[in-house]
Amino acid sequence: MDENLVALTIDDKEVKVKQGTTILQAAKQANIDIPTLCFLKDINEVGDCRMCIVEVDGRKGFATSCIQKVEEGMVVHTHSPAVMEARRVILDLILSNHHRDCLTCTRNGNCELQALAMKFNVQHVEFEGEMTEHKIDDKSPAIVRDFNKCILCRRCVAACKNVQQIGAIDCINRGFESCISTVGDNSLNDVNCTFCGQCIEACPTGALKEKEYIKDVWRNLKDPDVYTVVQTAPAVRVALGEEFGMPIGTNVTGKMVSALKSLGFDRVFDTNTGADLTIMEEANEFVERFKNQDCLPMITSCSPGWVRFAEKNYPDLLGHLSSCKSPHQMFGAMVKSYYAKKYNIDPKKICMVSVMPCIAKKYECQREEMEVDGVRDVDYVITTRELSRMIKQANIEFTQLEDDVFDEPMGEATGAGAIFGTTGGVMEAALRTAADTLEGKDLPQFEYTAVRGGKGRKETTVEIAGKKIKAVVVSGLSNARKVMDEIREGKADYQFVEIMACPGGCVMGGGQPIKSSKIRSEVDVRKLRADALYTIDEKSVIRKSHESPVMKQMYAEFLQKPGSEIAHKYLHTHYTPKKLYDI
Amino acid sequence: MKTLEEIHQIREQKRKELDLRVNTAADTREKHILVCRGTGCTSSKSPDIIANFRKIIEEKGIQNVRVIQTGCFGLCAKGPIVIIRPEDTFYAMVTPDDCREIIEKHIEKGEIVERLLCKDVDNTMVNRLDELNFYKKQKRIALKNCGIIDPEQIDEYIAFDGYKALEQVLTQMTPDEVINEVSESGLRGRGGAGFPTGRKWLFTKQAEGDQKYVVCNADEGDPGAFMDRSILEGDPHSVLEAMEIAGYSIGADKGYIYVRAEYPIAVQRLRVAIDQARDYGLLGKNIFGTDFSFDIEIRLGAGAFVCGEETALLESIEGRRGQPRVKPPYPANSGLWGKPTLINNVETYANITRIILNGAKWYASIGTEKSKGTKVFALGGNVNNIGLVEVPMGTTLREIVFDIGGGIPNGREFKAAQTGGPSGGCIPKEHLDTPIDYESLSSIGSMMGSGGLIVMDDSKCMVNISKFYLDFTVSESCGKCTPCRIGTKRMLEILDRMCEGKADEDDLYKLEKLALNIKKSAICGLGQTAPNPVLSTLKYFRDEYMEHIKYKKCRAGQCKALANIEIDPEKCKGCGICKRNCPVNAITGEPRQPHKIDPDVCIKCGTCVDKCPFKAIKK
Amino acid sequence: MGEKNCMDEKVSNEMQELLKNYTKEKSNLIQILNEVQEKYGYIPKQAQVEISNYLSIPMAEIYGVITFYSRFTLEPKGKYNISVCLGTACFVKGSQALLDRLKERLKIEEGQTTPDGKFSIDATRCVGACGLAPVFTVNNEVYGKATVKKLDEVLDEYMKKED
Repeated sequence: MDENLVALTIDDKEVKVKQGTTILQAAKQANIDIPTLCFLKDINEVGDCRMCIVEVDGRKGFATSCIQKVEEGMVVHTHSPAVMEARRVILDLILSNHHRDCLTCTRNGNCELQALAMKFNVQHVEFEGEMTEHKIDDKSPAIVRDFNKCILCRRCVAACKNVQQIGAIDCINRGFESCISTVGDNSLNDVNCTFCGQCIEACPTGALKEKEYIKDVWRNLKDPDVYTVVQTAPAVRVALGEEFGMPIGTNVTGKMVSALKSLGFDRVFDTNTGADLTIMEEANEFVERFKNQDCLPMITSCSPGWVRFAEKNYPDLLGHLSSCKSPHQMFGAMVKSYYAKKYNIDPKKICMVSVMPCIAKKYECQREEMEVDGVRDVDYVITTRELSRMIKQANIEFTQLEDDVFDEPMGEATGAGAIFGTTGGVMEAALRTAADTLEGKDLPQFEYTAVRGGKGRKETTVEIAGKKIKAVVVSGLSNARKVMDEIREGKADYQFVEIMACPGGCVMGGGQPIKSSKIRSEVDVRKLRADALYTIDEKSVIRKSHESPVMKQMYAEFLQKPGSEIAHKYLHTHYTPKKLYDI
Repeated sequence: MKTLEEIHQIREQKRKELDLRVNTAADTREKHILVCRGTGCTSSKSPDIIANFRKIIEEKGIQNVRVIQTGCFGLCAKGPIVIIRPEDTFYAMVTPDDCREIIEKHIEKGEIVERLLCKDVDNTMVNRLDELNFYKKQKRIALKNCGIIDPEQIDEYIAFDGYKALEQVLTQMTPDEVINEVSESGLRGRGGAGFPTGRKWLFTKQAEGDQKYVVCNADEGDPGAFMDRSILEGDPHSVLEAMEIAGYSIGADKGYIYVRAEYPIAVQRLRVAIDQARDYGLLGKNIFGTDFSFDIEIRLGAGAFVCGEETALLESIEGRRGQPRVKPPYPANSGLWGKPTLINNVETYANITRIILNGAKWYASIGTEKSKGTKVFALGGNVNNIGLVEVPMGTTLREIVFDIGGGIPNGREFKAAQTGGPSGGCIPKEHLDTPIDYESLSSIGSMMGSGGLIVMDDSKCMVNISKFYLDFTVSESCGKCTPCRIGTKRMLEILDRMCEGKADEDDLYKLEKLALNIKKSAICGLGQTAPNPVLSTLKYFRDEYMEHIKYKKCRAGQCKALANIEIDPEKCKGCGICKRNCPVNAITGEPRQPHKIDPDVCIKCGTCVDKCPFKAIKK
Repeated sequence: MGEKNCMDEKVSNEMQELLKNYTKEKSNLIQILNEVQEKYGYIPKQAQVEISNYLSIPMAEIYGVITFYSRFTLEPKGKYNISVCLGTACFVKGSQALLDRLKERLKIEEGQTTPDGKFSIDATRCVGACGLAPVFTVNNEVYGKATVKKLDEVLDEYMKKED
């Protein structure tokens, strides 16, 4: 067993680590935290920034600790005078070409560069000089690029090109003029970007950020003529607490509702209910298509980044997508129709705000299809991060809040709705309802654990009413591409496919609290957040969407039955092929 | 496809035919007119010379005379060069109009065209190439065939022992024996860093992998270095043959030559050579009927100096931006597409066949203790004989500059020699007697580099020179790592300030601090060596830096912002030459009266300084 | 607009022909770009689109490669492309003065083309005629042992030709 262990010395400490460990990891095991910037575990391990350099006895230059593997008997110094000076020079150089308007930056307080400047107590920049100038791209409804703050770490490029296999951005030019850009420096809006926002999550500084709609939300909240309604996606409640110093994966549903009420929303609803509604419609659609063997496999459509990806890359396969709108769009449409009618509110006076873990939903809510009779389903989408800012701006001591509950009559959601926020959740929720429908009874076994977990692609075959249904669940667009290619080539024999654009699903969406590279390499953020959702499911009294009394009531009072004409009017949509590049 | 037998026949027959190329006493009635078709001579119209010769010969119906295109003879400054064999008469600076005279006088009447002969630096007339001082101290191994054979005729290559080494290796030696031979020869990488070639081959052989590759680095990027190009243009088969030998040794069946697209002639010659070698079965499946198969593909670079760095080169072959990878792992273990890959440069390969044929002992007997064999230099700058020189390792700088190079023109003083291009340093007068080998050069703050050797006279400002190199590095930095991307830019900004007279002593401190830290922390060779020109000039010419900073003075008068061009009225005779040559009409004056320069109009180009016959104008 | 589409279509068709000579391996990118640059004198956008489709490489990556290598250009060069060699051998012999003079006379920077599309300037690294240093070239014509005066004369000649 010892054969696989390598003994080395780091800062005079004897360390024994597995063969193949990087110096950076080995140091971590000895409680030595070597600073990094461009390093993002498993995603960007390229050694560009040079912050992680260390001195190794017997070697001429410095070693790149984030890449280089340990060797037997290696003697490493992580803070020798030479390393310290070089590291300071490098940090200084990075700062010398960085717009240092930290106080007015979105990432103030959560910036890896700022943290390093603090760590090294940088008092002034020694090597001032020319700075590269970039125009800000804020054309898209979702993402703002300010590359004056870019430090060329390329984490965003790796997230976009390697993880998602989109490649909307890449490094262009060379030398000092190098920068991250799209083809021809066009707006993200006009290229192959899907607005998944994984680049934002990867960015250590404020070079990439969401387009903020807080001001609009505040304006509506303060307008007495506007009836403000908010809904929160399942994944938001298990991440929002992080922005207030709570452990990753804390379920803060009660405090969140309480905070939203304090912000002044007239009604606080749960997108989980929208998710239940989606299941009602989608499971029904699936059952119909399955019975008629019509355009199978059917593919879920609740991830707008995925939908944009499909429209741009697989225009020939759009018929496979479920016609269901995503949960918050469905829910918005219901608020402005069913709810408005029931409580006699003018739908035009309702401002529907969705709090989402997602960047692409900002784009989705602005899609022209997303309205009924001239009434927009959802007016604004803000992210988990933006909500935390609003709470802070409203002087609310979030951690001290008493728990509150969602408003009636659309507040009570099932456990099936909750798990929508993680990869595999939509499939599991849909199977719960589809199985009961096809079998015609309340099945006692309804947990589909094969589709749970963080793997990018999970398959299961279930037998329902004597028929086999083969399902596949993928998250991350690179995995989506593989499955779509298989479908295109006729190699896939699935009946049901769940696709989410973000690796890990909505809990890891582009609108979620941004975790530093250090946290991401130490903790499985996805698992902690997803586990919290499964706990909510487990603790729910009702765990199948079709058993929800809210659903029963909505269908009885308004929607008639799943797939009805009125359901189609409000809850379904269509897709149109889009040019991959509109330049 | 040719059998081994047929190759032997070609060799024997062609060797007889071509004896006149290397033997002035050759028993023949033929004459060969050799015309250099290297890039230098080609750009001064040598193709027209060839065409003219052929036209005149045909027109006159002359028999037994052939016009042959060859690679570079080396003495580019005297180009276009024409040599008549077997007598080996050497004509310099020939124009297409001179062809008739050469044919009518030399070929038809056997008289030498004296006006086209070359004068040596000491003004003696020279009849033959090897009578020139330029050639006396040279030893041609890598350049052996350059200027002797027609590079586009495989038979001519075969005639001079071409593909004999490959035959020997494939039929008589094990891979280990070949590697051993290369190791024993002491050959080290000619691309710059000087890593022992045999060891590189051994590591690649030992590396585990089902597929291995042999790569030839022909991305010669040093501004002012052109030996690799000359080898490819003059003797392309020697590189192909060596790559095959390497492939056999390490267990690879595929080779890539990464060559600059800016070298169209070299690319063309390589293409022809590969086609001909394939035709003869000297490339491809089961070479010489053995189990060994090998093929070579050309990949064109597209104008990025950094691609000369081996890992950047691999990235580029794979079709990406030429951004270097962090080492280790080295290409020997993880190279092209992650497979074990052997990378050597052109000149290194050019030595291989000679080592195999003449033996490691022979090769190791040339050069110094740690640096064996010869090195080709591209001698340029302020030196009389500009061109390619190949000298045994250990030759001193003084011998190269003064004996071979013929010293400094225009009666100026030697100030410094720069080796290693943007990665190297400036060597001052006091180190002129340093023997040229890897260790000695790095001990004085420069490096061997790929072989650029630029001589500078005392009209050169060393601050300006280091700015020139930094400017090069900045524009060629790939931008991947912070120290190189931003650090070299900051260094350049400081040097700019110095040359503009706007720097203070703190700038000097910053410059040095940046230089030392970039050297240690950049990812690749380009970044790690980028500060060398600055560090070496700081070491030897620090006083010039101080003058720029403290007194805002540039003693060489090269830094325009600090320069002030004036006409000394005592010395000016009013001849008007400066006035006529001034490109911006900044000079006024009546004939035979002292002239004046209007400083507001003057662009300080220095033309007048150079043109004044009375040395009356000073910077 | 119509004219532009027509041009795009022409490039598309030509590109599809050109691409037939290459496999779909991504490593062919630079070789293809070299051929396109030769063919058009620059890399038209439509050519980038075709290459992106053919090799399945995102356009941003192709753009990154084009802007990395100095041989590739995104805009056509001038009718007369004047390159001044800034290799060390030429620099030491005063080629910087040639470049400065050229920029001054044409009122453009290196890498740019005059508004009338007639002239463009490049600073190159070693054209291989070190024996003739300093050197500049106009298209493929090499002018060796150059001086500012000689440059002026050559430039005047080309300008006269264009008048």
